[in-house]
Amino acid sequence: MKALDLKLMRDFRRLWSQFLAIALVLGAGVAVLLMSFGMSDALEETRTTYYERNRFADIFVDLKRAPNAMLEIIRDIDGIASAEARVTTYATLDIPAKVDATVAFVASLPDDGADLNQLILRLGNWPDATATDAVVLNAPFGEANDLWPGDTFTANINGTKRTLTVTGWALSPEFIYTIGPGSLIPDDEDFGVIWMPEDALAAALDRTGAFNNLTVKLRPGYRVDPVIDELDRLLEPYGALGAIDRTEQVSNSFIDAEITQLETLAYTLPPIFLGITIFLVNMVMGRIVALERAEIGLLKALGYSDGAILMHYLLLAGLVGVVGVTIGYVAGSWLSYQLAQLYADFLKFPYLIYSVSWNTYVVAGVLGLLAAGTGAARSAWTAARLAPATAMSPPAPPNFGTSWVDRALHAIRISQPTMMILRSIIRWPVRASLSVLGMALAVGILVSSNFFPDALDLIIDTAFYQSNRQHAVLFFNDEMAEDAVTEASRLPGVLQAEGQQVMTAVLRFEHRSKRATVEARRPGMNLSRIVSAQGQIVDAPPGGIMLSERLASQLGATVGDVIEAKFLGVHQGTYNLPVTQLVTQFFGLGAYMDQATANRLFQQDPRVAIVNVTLDPDFNVAFQNSLKDLPRLAGRAMLAENRAGFEETISRNILITTTIYAILGTLITVGVAYNGARIQLSERARELASLRILGFTRGEVGFVLVGEIMLLAVLAQPLGWWIGWGVAKLLTESYTSDLYSMPLVVNAATFASASLIVLSAAFVSVLIVRRKLDRINLVSVMKTRE
Amino acid sequence: MKADRVFRTAGLTKVYDTGEVKVYALDGVDLDLYAGELTVLLGPSGSGKSTLLNILGGLDHATEGRVWFRDLELTNLRDRGLTQYRRDHVGFVFQFYNLVPSLSARENVQLVTDVARNPMRPEEALDRVGLAHRMDHFPAQLSGGEQQRVAIARAVAKRPEILLCDEPTGALDSKTGIQVLEVLKQVNEELGTSTVVITHAAEIRKMAHRVIWFQDGKIANIDINETRLEPAEIAW
Repeated sequence: MKALDLKLMRDFRRLWSQFLAIALVLGAGVAVLLMSFGMSDALEETRTTYYERNRFADIFVDLKRAPNAMLEIIRDIDGIASAEARVTTYATLDIPAKVDATVAFVASLPDDGADLNQLILRLGNWPDATATDAVVLNAPFGEANDLWPGDTFTANINGTKRTLTVTGWALSPEFIYTIGPGSLIPDDEDFGVIWMPEDALAAALDRTGAFNNLTVKLRPGYRVDPVIDELDRLLEPYGALGAIDRTEQVSNSFIDAEITQLETLAYTLPPIFLGITIFLVNMVMGRIVALERAEIGLLKALGYSDGAILMHYLLLAGLVGVVGVTIGYVAGSWLSYQLAQLYADFLKFPYLIYSVSWNTYVVAGVLGLLAAGTGAARSAWTAARLAPATAMSPPAPPNFGTSWVDRALHAIRISQPTMMILRSIIRWPVRASLSVLGMALAVGILVSSNFFPDALDLIIDTAFYQSNRQHAVLFFNDEMAEDAVTEASRLPGVLQAEGQQVMTAVLRFEHRSKRATVEARRPGMNLSRIVSAQGQIVDAPPGGIMLSERLASQLGATVGDVIEAKFLGVHQGTYNLPVTQLVTQFFGLGAYMDQATANRLFQQDPRVAIVNVTLDPDFNVAFQNSLKDLPRLAGRAMLAENRAGFEETISRNILITTTIYAILGTLITVGVAYNGARIQLSERARELASLRILGFTRGEVGFVLVGEIMLLAVLAQPLGWWIGWGVAKLLTESYTSDLYSMPLVVNAATFASASLIVLSAAFVSVLIVRRKLDRINLVSVMKTRE
Repeated sequence: MKADRVFRTAGLTKVYDTGEVKVYALDGVDLDLYAGELTVLLGPSGSGKSTLLNILGGLDHATEGRVWFRDLELTNLRDRGLTQYRRDHVGFVFQFYNLVPSLSARENVQLVTDVARNPMRPEEALDRVGLAHRMDHFPAQLSGGEQQRVAIARAVAKRPEILLCDEPTGALDSKTGIQVLEVLKQVNEELGTSTVVITHAAEIRKMAHRVIWFQDGKIANIDINETRLEPAEIAW
């Protein structure tokens, strides 16, 4: 090995702790990049394959009832490759030894096997096409409820109780993510999907020769919109609720959101880590070059070229880059594989296609090495350009002239060690500011990751304690006369009952339109209330329609505008409705009408589609049993369970993410503070040793070292809070979707814990360096020529 | 001997311009140095010795005037050319040895042999300075004299035509200094290397072929020693 290379390796070994601190920051950036791209690739790839293999449909339509003959007409629409009609319904299940009534979505299995949305049988057998009481369960639902092939349970389908036998478990690309009506998160025990032979289900639903659900696959290259328009036109007479494409399909849109979030992560975090790496490498290499002036001069005197010197220092940084990238590769591969498996498990993919493309590794590696190289570029260039004669003579001492700042510092009569700290910061303002910025970014990362619980607390409080005060919601398959509310109030354990009407409509204003759920409500409802984000309780004013702000902005409409509402399903008709009021909400694209206004509009008696109830917990068993017998019940949501599930899922996820971000924030802080202190020590060894010789104690001398870094760390806090708040604001905006918006709430405790973590990490880093100072040999330091 | 000239300078001038005052480190120096000659440069601090050495060694540029190494005009060379010149022809020895602390004695010498055209083996160079037994020691494990001998071994390992020494004994006590001077003399005689030594210890002049006295950036006097002393006979 060449002597210069040996020097390289030995320098690297000598400075290993500083380089490791940098490599860890770099590694974290590379790992996050690999992890987020690796996982989003894995999800995307797995989903695409799953969809292709199992022919996931492109368009989905729910309708009231259409004759099978319509199918031939639909198949003639230009661009349709395949159209499949199904019969579907919601049913209430009575599972042996289970108190709670369970809700399931029931879909028909075509006689000749499904062409679209093909199931994968995981266990057991397919039911015989002629069987009337055999079903296949969605595998996670079967597993959660301990229902195995051969087991039986009772289902209330269209008012008739039937005993059904499980023949097998299956997975479907249509239900990767399942969520029950009125629920916020998936709960496999509470909600499932059941497939039944077509003839049996059609007979049970009195829809023989007809269908109420249609899925369509397009020919390659055809656009979705014209086909949707044509389907809406053809199926409107049959009570269609409007065709939707994949983006609106619940399961698929949820996975879309997951992939988007992972990609957001990949584009936001790694640049921060790479930026800090550049700064740290720049700072450390600058110091190394300053220390090695004489050696550089010597190498040049010996005949080494500028290029050789440049390469020497670039290679030293390159080694840091290689170590960092390697750490990142190992940690990133491991993390992304583990997390991808968690995802696959959580999302019920039948398999996981995990292969992070070599592209991702190359991009991550190149970015990592570039960051190290960029950081070293200036110092390496300086080293290469040092004139040999200049390099051999000691550098001119830094110009500590007296500026007005110094006079001001004198005037306030501070101690000499404090003066040393302040002077050093003033003399190297760029380095001091970048150190502050680095630690501020660490605080920012912590604040912006930890604000989620704060925001979710507010959401939970608004959703569950202010808005939805009912204990349970009962959903019906069809609209019912208002005496359904009276019936519900007679169920065992029900204390209060209130009904409301829920309709689907396409709202249009100018050229913009949006499919939305319109609730018709009586004023002064007490259980389910409309609560604005500001906490006010709002009723829909009579004579028009009240829109959530999110919906109004998507339509471009505001109070006073008249929008067109085309109702689908039962109440077909198009009406012009003035927008009477806007309400800001966290969830959904809400639209509300006064019940009396709706009754007049539809020329109807009061109708209800859902009933909200409060319950006496002592009667839960009787209540649940009564639900199992209630005809036409499509589903029920137990809000307490919902809330508990929501909180549990959130808190589990938050524990993981908070831990990860705390580690990332600590890595950054250690990188900045440890290297900062090491450089202080190296630059000031003589100075500090002189102080010791002059009679200062270790503590007093240590104060100069610890004081400067900690002062910078403290200065970083307000900036970090501000950065964190800004990033949180950006995140709330990026997470705002059709379904919900994230409020921007950051509690004082979140700021405090972020600061605590960063200040502690900085303090520990500096103390480690201080121990080196304590052990320094005073005489040898004073003899060192510099 | 006069015929074989290695260096010639004409009107060599180096000005340090600090903005307020101009300092003439060298002020029109005309000088010839000859092959195989051991020359000692004497003079007070700031008289221009080191500046001359740096320019001869291709470490620094002259402000005015010209320098030739044999037929090569150094004042015409840019950085790349000077680097090549240093690599091929010049060996340096400094007051503070300037060893690379992270490399052993052998590896410090290897720094040179890695890039030189026709080097001797590092072991041979160290053997010449009497350090064959300490080759694998690091600078911190060597005494000052030993470190300086490593530096000399490093300088001569490439078989340079000229060896430039800036206060080679400046950081050493006189006993150790004499050992170093003996090595320099031996190299000068055995390898025929033209050697220029800057020193503050005037006694050292007695071992030189020629002594050049500097004053205020100019040559004040040149002495030729008819009889030379052995380093061991010198004391300071």
